[in-house]
Amino acid sequence: MATMQTSLSGRNRRSAIMAGLLGLGMLGLGFAAVPLYEVFCRVTGYAGTTQRVGEEQAATVQATSKVMSIRFDSNVNSALPWSFKPEQAVDHVTVGARDMAIFIATNNSDEPVVGTATFNVTPLLAGQYFNKIQCFCFSEQLLKPGQTMRMPVLYYVDPAILDDPETKDIKEITLSYTFYRSTDEQALDAGKGDS
Amino acid sequence: MTTITADGHIDDHAHDADHKPAFFQRWFMSTNHKDIGTLYLIFAIVAGIIGGAISGLMRLELAEPGIQYLQAWASISNGSEASLDQAYHLWNVLITAHGLIMVFFMVMPAMIGGFGNWFVPLMIGAPDMAFPRMNNVSFWLLVPALLLLLGSSFVPGGTGNGAGTGWTVYAPLSTSGSIGPAVDMAILSLHLAGASSILGAINFITTIFNMRAPGMTLHKMPLFVWSVLVTAFLLLLSLPVLAAAITMLLTDRNFGTTFYDAAGGGDPVLYQHLFWFFGHPEVYIMILPGFGMISHIISTFSRKPIFGYLGMAYAMVAIGVVGFVVWAHHMFTTSMSVNVKMYFTAATMVIAVPTGIKIFSWIATMWGGSMTFKTPMIWALGFIFMFTIGGVTGVVLANGGIDDNLHDTYYVVAHFHYVLSLGAVFSIFAGFYYWFPKMSGRMYSELLGQLHFWIFFIGVNILFFPQHFLGQQGMPRRYADYPEQFAYWNQISSIGYAVMLVGVLIFFVNIAYAFVAGRRVEGNYWGEGATTLEWTLSSPPPFHQFETLPQIK
Repeated sequence: MATMQTSLSGRNRRSAIMAGLLGLGMLGLGFAAVPLYEVFCRVTGYAGTTQRVGEEQAATVQATSKVMSIRFDSNVNSALPWSFKPEQAVDHVTVGARDMAIFIATNNSDEPVVGTATFNVTPLLAGQYFNKIQCFCFSEQLLKPGQTMRMPVLYYVDPAILDDPETKDIKEITLSYTFYRSTDEQALDAGKGDS
Repeated sequence: MTTITADGHIDDHAHDADHKPAFFQRWFMSTNHKDIGTLYLIFAIVAGIIGGAISGLMRLELAEPGIQYLQAWASISNGSEASLDQAYHLWNVLITAHGLIMVFFMVMPAMIGGFGNWFVPLMIGAPDMAFPRMNNVSFWLLVPALLLLLGSSFVPGGTGNGAGTGWTVYAPLSTSGSIGPAVDMAILSLHLAGASSILGAINFITTIFNMRAPGMTLHKMPLFVWSVLVTAFLLLLSLPVLAAAITMLLTDRNFGTTFYDAAGGGDPVLYQHLFWFFGHPEVYIMILPGFGMISHIISTFSRKPIFGYLGMAYAMVAIGVVGFVVWAHHMFTTSMSVNVKMYFTAATMVIAVPTGIKIFSWIATMWGGSMTFKTPMIWALGFIFMFTIGGVTGVVLANGGIDDNLHDTYYVVAHFHYVLSLGAVFSIFAGFYYWFPKMSGRMYSELLGQLHFWIFFIGVNILFFPQHFLGQQGMPRRYADYPEQFAYWNQISSIGYAVMLVGVLIFFVNIAYAFVAGRRVEGNYWGEGATTLEWTLSSPPPFHQFETLPQIK
């Protein structure tokens, strides 16, 4: 009886440890979902996430004859005392050709402010074909009091968009930015030191 | 402490199987699966009264268009004259509390903690759960969890007092939209309830895998035990994801992280994915033990073994597995591509197949059986009826295209109340009437049981069926007020609540009757249809059972 008892409690402990590890594993997966979700959005263009490409890859793209209109949308979170708008509301670009769009941001307050932009495109499905070579949105932007800055985006639309049955009918893509006040203290301190 | 340890020591060596410890030790330091099961059932009844009372307040307010009572209630909660916005906030607090209490503190404790603790060890021929002390921890974690949730109603949560986020606690309403400690308390309450359930799940898995009586293979295990096993796995795999999701909510709220805040590169939709990765298995967690109970009851009162035993067991496994890959059907309106919607629509509909297997097997069990319509049986039949209605509207909602229209309308409210409030709750009542004499040793009044069923059945149908119409007419959920056009069915729905309430009162009268004047019952009071191991014991079973393990042939 005694040996059976120990063997049962031994088996119980083993089962409980395995079950506990399973639970811990799921807990880990729950947190791992954050970076995984980011990777997933970047790779698939989910939720209109645009793609980021290097100069070498961009150089290989051939322009096509199809023209698309690219609209620019700009928003500022109410906590950020900036004005922010595109130089032109619409650009007509050839699919596969590079284009540069300029956004103009002004700090209307009397203190240096750091802003950071989020972005996506609609239709959301176009995200995986919208390639940015350069963008102000890749880093935080510091504006001194009253300063105005011209912010460029260098991009092209991947010609593969014409081969995808779900996206081949898209004629217009809207590139949208929203600027938020950055909570990054270091960048702000650097700005204060300058002024 | 010394005396208690000494007492416990004596108890270990007592040879009287029915020797019980003193009151405080028995109920507050319990390690006995039956006592802990009883505690869980009492807890679930208390929580059910609170959650049910809250829904009564809501139906009272919704009985007529306009704001009748809400502002007065908000003023009481504030201690000063409440604004209309604060009244609306109170509404959000009410729906949040009703949802969380019913899910985490009523259905789950009743089914898993209550009936699971009571009957899993009995049915597999085990002396107790594998980890009796951990079992005690599981229960006592629930009490502070409920107190935290209830307490959150009295502290600031943004516009007014209390956590007004909905049971889903979506960001950004739950982060930047709810300033104040109320939502933190509600989240902590979910953490505690989750920890309690995870510990319980580990306990059940260990018990069922290691402590079955000699000869009871997995394929001879009673279906209720199967259902609790599958449920335990669902809990173990889904709750940690919720824990992770709401931990990130807490850090977003308090420590400046931006997991769900677009301003810092996060995404509020990520929270929805994480929540529903837990939330969808959660709805099966709430119904699977009910499936198990219903199988026993149908079999007992048809005097036939369950039809298609293996199919029934593996249908539950299949529901559990598929339940993990359909979560985004709760989020059809968060702009998915057609292909993603198509997948989640199809995967969701696939669940109707194992569920259909179960429904048809129950009907086939009754077919040609020698049926008696005792109280547990009519509750079980009511369950099948209601759950099937809820299942049909579920298939409707599974369609991504239709859901675009019906999302967040009363049609959805009607659907999930048919499967949960009527499905899960009917199975809880069925199980309660089936096993109450086994647990207490006393028989309830059959007349009152039947009366309870019929009044409750009619009441909840008047309550919830019109909500299908309201939803199809476009009435959104989670609002305290509505335009005149929705007045007719809302009033009928509120009348249904009153009818249901009468049914619930009869239930309590019946319990009181059973304890005062109920006839004492023998071990197997249902006769030859009841074949599982708990019926080989006296009613109530001795404090310690199966000192010599039963042999299963």
